[in-house]
Amino acid sequence: MGITKQEVEKVAKLARLELTEGEKAAFATQLSQILTHVETLKQYDTTGVEPTATVLGQVNVFRQDSVSPSLSIDRAMDNAPESIDGFFVVPKIIEDRQPL
Amino acid sequence: MSIQRLSLYELHEKFTAGEVTATEIVRAYGLRIGQVEPKVKAYITQTKDTAVTQAGALDASLKGWRKTLPLMGMPLAIKDNICTQGVLTTCASRMLGNFVPQYDATVIAKLRAQGYQLLGKTNLDEFAMGSSTENSAVGPSRNPWNLECVPGGSSGGSAAAVAADECAAALGSDTGGSIRQPAAFCGVVGLKPTYGRVSRYGLIAFASSLDQIGPITKDVRDAAFLLGAIAGHDPLDSTSADVPVPDYLRALKRKDLKKLKVGVPVEFFAEGLDPEVEQAVRAAIQELKALGGEVKDIQLPRTDAAVAIYYVIATAEASSNLARYDGVKFGLRAKETKDLLDLYMKTRQEGFGPEVKRRIMLGTYVLSAGYYDAYYGKAQAVRTLIRQDFDAAFQDVDLIVTPVTPTPAFKFGAKGDDPLQMYLSDIFTISANLAGVPAISLPCGFSRDGLPIGLQLIGRPFEEETLLRAAHAYEQNTQWRARKPVIR
Repeated sequence: MGITKQEVEKVAKLARLELTEGEKAAFATQLSQILTHVETLKQYDTTGVEPTATVLGQVNVFRQDSVSPSLSIDRAMDNAPESIDGFFVVPKIIEDRQPL
Repeated sequence: MSIQRLSLYELHEKFTAGEVTATEIVRAYGLRIGQVEPKVKAYITQTKDTAVTQAGALDASLKGWRKTLPLMGMPLAIKDNICTQGVLTTCASRMLGNFVPQYDATVIAKLRAQGYQLLGKTNLDEFAMGSSTENSAVGPSRNPWNLECVPGGSSGGSAAAVAADECAAALGSDTGGSIRQPAAFCGVVGLKPTYGRVSRYGLIAFASSLDQIGPITKDVRDAAFLLGAIAGHDPLDSTSADVPVPDYLRALKRKDLKKLKVGVPVEFFAEGLDPEVEQAVRAAIQELKALGGEVKDIQLPRTDAAVAIYYVIATAEASSNLARYDGVKFGLRAKETKDLLDLYMKTRQEGFGPEVKRRIMLGTYVLSAGYYDAYYGKAQAVRTLIRQDFDAAFQDVDLIVTPVTPTPAFKFGAKGDDPLQMYLSDIFTISANLAGVPAISLPCGFSRDGLPIGLQLIGRPFEEETLLRAAHAYEQNTQWRARKPVIR
């Protein structure tokens, strides 16, 4: 399985990773090698075999919908890189409205 | 015998009997850490000063009354991907270089409730992704048996700390061998419990369907003791199992393998296995036989598929688990970014090291439109076949015995530029994670170069008692445990 630099760029964008040119080249080679190994799985016949998502066989685990103690806003915000008045600060995400 | 040479259980007995105080214990370990840590580099964060203060308070409060809690005063080290309230928890990543958890992982809350002392947080491959600690953002730990060799990974810091007597015992986490492989490389005992046996709440997620916390200890009894302290159902982890926790120490009373059938999977003794490792493991199998085990050859025919399945499923789960590191709510945030997308892209570029990026890329690829069925769906289906292999084997035998690793500890840089070669070295440990079954690694010999060799026992789900009984019987009848590394 050969992976091109363009595919690496596409996947990097999906993964929200900015990569250097060096990383792109290295990943193209390394991911190709690893996926070639992964393709050995084709030799196993899995017709009608249920996929395993978890080994425990659990379906849903419910709890009572009751109020219990949780972190205060102050403590929950303690690790925030930037915050104001209990809000996380991020760069502006809505464009300025163009004047009519 | 000096305090730091004692096993966790021996230390617990001495403390209970009033022969040693909590302060003496913590001071002895503090001294030992001061001596060898500059060479071993097992810890990312040390908390021994806090521990000294706490030990003093504990001794004062006891005033001659002997303790009642099982881990009271016991000095442990914790892998730095397990959340400890108020103590830096970095995952050996720049991304979490400043992260101080606001809560304890459930295993930590349990240890705390039983009176343990935290000596520090141990080194690992970044986000537990690796087999050598070479992927740690703060640099690797060193193998106490030979400082030029890796301690294994990802829980390399925990294994090195136990081997170097820098703690009485430690916790690690195991996604594809990350407890057992470093335990084997460092000549100590490592137990990966059944998936669901121990709560994962507060374990920083790598691959959620595979991750499991477990003990790394100086001997098998300590592993039984510490597993009992952390196991059990937890409402905060929906994948923890509601299965009663037995008294694991009781399982050690039978010092033989009588009436136990032991399977030797032929696929694990194939080419690529170092002759010294094979010899040591074969000799151990003879010993298990001498102890009353009924040894027979078995087959786990899909073993060859394990590495390929693992590096699809683990990376797929990692790519979605690590999506949370976006520079918004906690952790690193890149400076000088022009918009939100740029903030995400640059934060993740700066925060993650090469192996983490590689796995996020691989995981994102196998989950992406057009490849999902061919890679992820296929890997999940072949994972079912691996489970069926184990189910069939356990119809026939009670235990499976294998090597832990194809070779003893390797030198730094030996597998540096070839991720696939590094991945393939996990071949013997990965299957147990894929099947969710428990497995233990314990010393079974040494190479000519003086490096430890590990023996792996794999058991049925929730039958850790059988593993511990057999491992303990073997350990009691061999002398490997008596050898200690000379750190120089």
